[in-house]
Amino acid sequence: MIGLLARRLLQLIPTIFLVSVIIFSLQHLLPGDPALIMAGEEKDPEVIAQIRAQYHLDQPIVLQYLYWVKGVFVGDLGESMRLKQPISELIAQKLPVTLQLASMAMVIALVIGVGMGVLSAVKKGTGWDAAANLFALWGISTPNFWLGIMMIFLFSVQLGWLPASGFVSPFENLSQSLKASIMPAFVLGNSIAGVLMRHTRGAMLQALQSDYVRTARAKGLHEPRVVLHHAMRNALTPIITLGALEFGTLLSGAVLTEQIFSIPGFGKLIVDAVLNRDYAVVQGVVLVTSAVYIVLNLLADIGYILANPRLRA
Amino acid sequence: MQKRRTALYAAALLLGSSLAAQAQSTLRIGLAEDPDILDPSLARTYVGRIVFSSICDKLFDINEKLEVIPQLALSRETSADGLSVTIKLRPGVKFHDGEPLDAEAAKYSLERHMTIQGSFRKPELASVDHVEVVDPLTVKLVLKAPFSPLIAQLTDRAGMMVSPKAAKAAGDKFGLGPVCAGPYKFVERVQQDRIVVEKFADYWNKQNVSIDRIVYRPIPDSTVRLANLKSGQLDLIERALATDIKDIQSNPKLKLATALELGYQGITINVGKGDKSKGPLGQDKRVRQAFDLAIDRAAINEVVFNGNFVPGNQWVSPANPFYQETMPVRPRDVAKAKKLLAEAGVKTPVTVDLMVPNNPETRAVSELVQGMTAEAGFDVKIRVTEFATSLNEAEQGNFQAYILRWSGRTDPDGNLYTFVKSGSPQNYSFYTNADLDKQLEESRSKDGVPTRKAIYTGITKTLLEDLPIIYLYHQRHLIVHTDKLSGYVQAPDGMIRVVGLKLAQ
Amino acid sequence: MMAGVALSSPATVAEPVDSPSRRAWRRLKKRRGAMFGLIVIVALIALAICADLVSPHDPIKQSYSAVRKAPSLQHWFGTDELGRDVLARIIFGTRASLSAGIISVGIAMLLGVPLGLIAGYCGGFIDALISRFTDAMLACPFLILAIALAAFLGPSLGNAMIAIGVTAMPVFIRLTRGQVMGIAVETYVEAARAIGNPPWRIAVRHILPNVLPQLLVQITLTIASAIIAEASLSFLGLGQQPPAPSWGSMLNSAQRFLTNAPWMAVWPGLSIFISVLAFNLLGDGLRDALDPKNR
Repeated sequence: MIGLLARRLLQLIPTIFLVSVIIFSLQHLLPGDPALIMAGEEKDPEVIAQIRAQYHLDQPIVLQYLYWVKGVFVGDLGESMRLKQPISELIAQKLPVTLQLASMAMVIALVIGVGMGVLSAVKKGTGWDAAANLFALWGISTPNFWLGIMMIFLFSVQLGWLPASGFVSPFENLSQSLKASIMPAFVLGNSIAGVLMRHTRGAMLQALQSDYVRTARAKGLHEPRVVLHHAMRNALTPIITLGALEFGTLLSGAVLTEQIFSIPGFGKLIVDAVLNRDYAVVQGVVLVTSAVYIVLNLLADIGYILANPRLRA
Repeated sequence: MQKRRTALYAAALLLGSSLAAQAQSTLRIGLAEDPDILDPSLARTYVGRIVFSSICDKLFDINEKLEVIPQLALSRETSADGLSVTIKLRPGVKFHDGEPLDAEAAKYSLERHMTIQGSFRKPELASVDHVEVVDPLTVKLVLKAPFSPLIAQLTDRAGMMVSPKAAKAAGDKFGLGPVCAGPYKFVERVQQDRIVVEKFADYWNKQNVSIDRIVYRPIPDSTVRLANLKSGQLDLIERALATDIKDIQSNPKLKLATALELGYQGITINVGKGDKSKGPLGQDKRVRQAFDLAIDRAAINEVVFNGNFVPGNQWVSPANPFYQETMPVRPRDVAKAKKLLAEAGVKTPVTVDLMVPNNPETRAVSELVQGMTAEAGFDVKIRVTEFATSLNEAEQGNFQAYILRWSGRTDPDGNLYTFVKSGSPQNYSFYTNADLDKQLEESRSKDGVPTRKAIYTGITKTLLEDLPIIYLYHQRHLIVHTDKLSGYVQAPDGMIRVVGLKLAQ
Repeated sequence: MMAGVALSSPATVAEPVDSPSRRAWRRLKKRRGAMFGLIVIVALIALAICADLVSPHDPIKQSYSAVRKAPSLQHWFGTDELGRDVLARIIFGTRASLSAGIISVGIAMLLGVPLGLIAGYCGGFIDALISRFTDAMLACPFLILAIALAAFLGPSLGNAMIAIGVTAMPVFIRLTRGQVMGIAVETYVEAARAIGNPPWRIAVRHILPNVLPQLLVQITLTIASAIIAEASLSFLGLGQQPPAPSWGSMLNSAQRFLTNAPWMAVWPGLSIFISVLAFNLLGDGLRDALDPKNR
């Protein structure tokens, strides 16, 4: 067990290294010169040369990468060319936003997805089951950005119930914060709910047919108790595993959803940085989000192994 | 009512914060983009200038009639030989950190613009040789050569004064917490979320400042911006869509403020760089004239902008004092366009590689141009290109035609010189004309509208003949605000001036 | 392993003439959802091929007098911001969406399956290298990779397909590798190796056919997500170039007119939804039909 864990931990290092190489090379393949963008409408050649020198853009690409790696090792992710702000500060600013949105989306997905999954497993073959399956298909098949646009149209433009965009910190004003993030959270949660519902249904069906549930029923336990206590507990592992992975994806930023609702999170930060060729920002933020994703992935695996003793061998 | 209730909620929730803070008046402004760095020397975006208009006052300003008016300076005087400009400063002006704005500070600010690494003001102040302090409230700008557009530069970022103490301390990080002499001082900024400024108690014109705080929020989607204004999440938005004007005007709670822009939208044609300039469009001016004649500017204005913008054919709008009335917009003439193509002896359809910035309105315009010119014998291939790539492609001359927008400058020189002068940084047509260059230099050395306009007549004639840039239309700045806000006046530069505004609760 | 073999042999005895694919098809036919999906997909393909015959109008013909008109008898789905018929653009947009879905998944497969085969079969250092690379690509945000790739290659529908294909590749590597590692230890593969077959022959002749059912399911489901990815890229202006229609770029222009022309946003969105739904339904059905547990 410990050996496996150590091996998995060791694998993290080359993976994260590769992530940084992929992102770095891809960015430098992109046409467009950050110095030229920075130079603005006037684009004085002297200014451009200065910017290039300041950010090592005039150096060979491998050297540029090494400058960056060196920075990372001393805990310096660099600074945004466009905003002259340290990347770590930008990440600290965006993290609460993305975290709140991801958590809300996850809560929505868990409540809807797991609830419907359990319901459809228990009522297998009934109208409930069909309805829940349809909902899951809807969730999986709706493009997020379209759902976002339509929700803005309905709830903000037509009905005027919810603000169309923006982010309010919960520490500033809780009710407004919830109001502002409920639509994007629902859009994100909706598709994850679909995935979760299907997995919950499958896991529950399996659990309900297992020996211990049969035993519990034979003992004359109440059906709700059987479902919630005995079946649910065993079906939970795959749900948690999947949930962790989806949460990891959410943390790396919901690009289009954040774009549509003007939410200042990781997704919007990265896209704006890609479009402005703000190399260091893309590099730093992707490094952090992918590391988080990889670690969550590992935790999910470990959880899975712990819950299934048979896999420990 | 609604507002007071939310305020109460907030107060109840935030036990720590005071009620007084919530009772302050706050103006919430929706911007179309997130500004870049807020350092007057290092900033480059249009939207950044909007934020500066509350934080950083300038030596001079312009009014809605485009006249130069005093702001931090009281007066200016150009010497008879045009080689020096003497500026008298307003007495008793303080920066946000309490430092006085005197001649030394003005000299420092101007020199900072001219020297700090990466300054975008350097080319704007290139005509200035050095700055002298005459007395505590007077500075003299000594020029290398007479340069009439200089004063116009001082009505913009190059005229913004920064506190020497704060600027020296912060270096190139000054933009993270700018200290200027404007009506509002910088409080905080969260990237892509908000910029907050609050009333500056020692502002020189404080009796005309009544709103306590301003919050700028970048919201790129125009529909969402308008929806937020309607639902009361914002008090004022910039860059509303022309197609939403009807909707705005029918809403009694909204007010629309407009002004015709200083800039233009045009099609820049590569006539001089690389293989792409070798086609018929780049080589033969008759082909360009045919392209121009095939475009129906009125229809573009009607279809994409509901007829709210102004079709144009010159680098200034027809409302500008420098517009040449003798050379008006020509109506569409497909027959003549076909004739010109026949005269040029080119094989039709003439393919044109048109690079188009990635935004929906410009894309619609390009599709219309594509449809219109097809009837005259052109085959336009649209290449929607994101901003960063388009800059590079333009630089390398990797396009045949390029839809390019210029935000415009107060002085007409800022719309012209750098775009058509041989070898200029923004001459994306790669157009060269020695005669024209001479006239351009002459226009810069002369003062006064009639004199300069006379020189521009010849320039315009040449440009309309050669067509390195086909000008299409001029936008209207569309600023919408709630009826609770009063005193708003729109100037042609599109800036949101906040002095004199009142917000009813 | 033994149990699996034992279970499947009686079925083979009972139906000696029935091939596995036929059996799967028979099971698939019983699933209403999957059949609905299949019919929709066939209909969409037909629509894409016969767009010229079916479409009531020219999809790029502009009409300045019919700008943003609501749905009517003449224009069933209304007109767009340049007076073009939305229904015609939806019909022609099928081409962009379907070809993007199918071709990009083809690219993903062509790259991913061989890499997965190599990784699973060779093991050792090569496997570690390919696997870490796969992990790394999966850890990068999908759309960011696609956006960067599409911007690098230049905006066009073809390049968007390549970008989507490359970013969807890791899924196929992982799937193939996992399947191969499971199968490579089976007795018939061992036997094939023992009689001296070269590795590539074993991979193609013995392993690949066994990976196919799983692949088929994955292909169908990935087409569904590729259609959404194409729409997203076109929505960002990195896909189909104007004036050719794509559902994603139609949504992009529609966004500005939500208030005064909502139909412009409704139809393209619904079209994306229905095609993605169809592929998902078919994928689900295939998974159930091909699942060995259901035999």
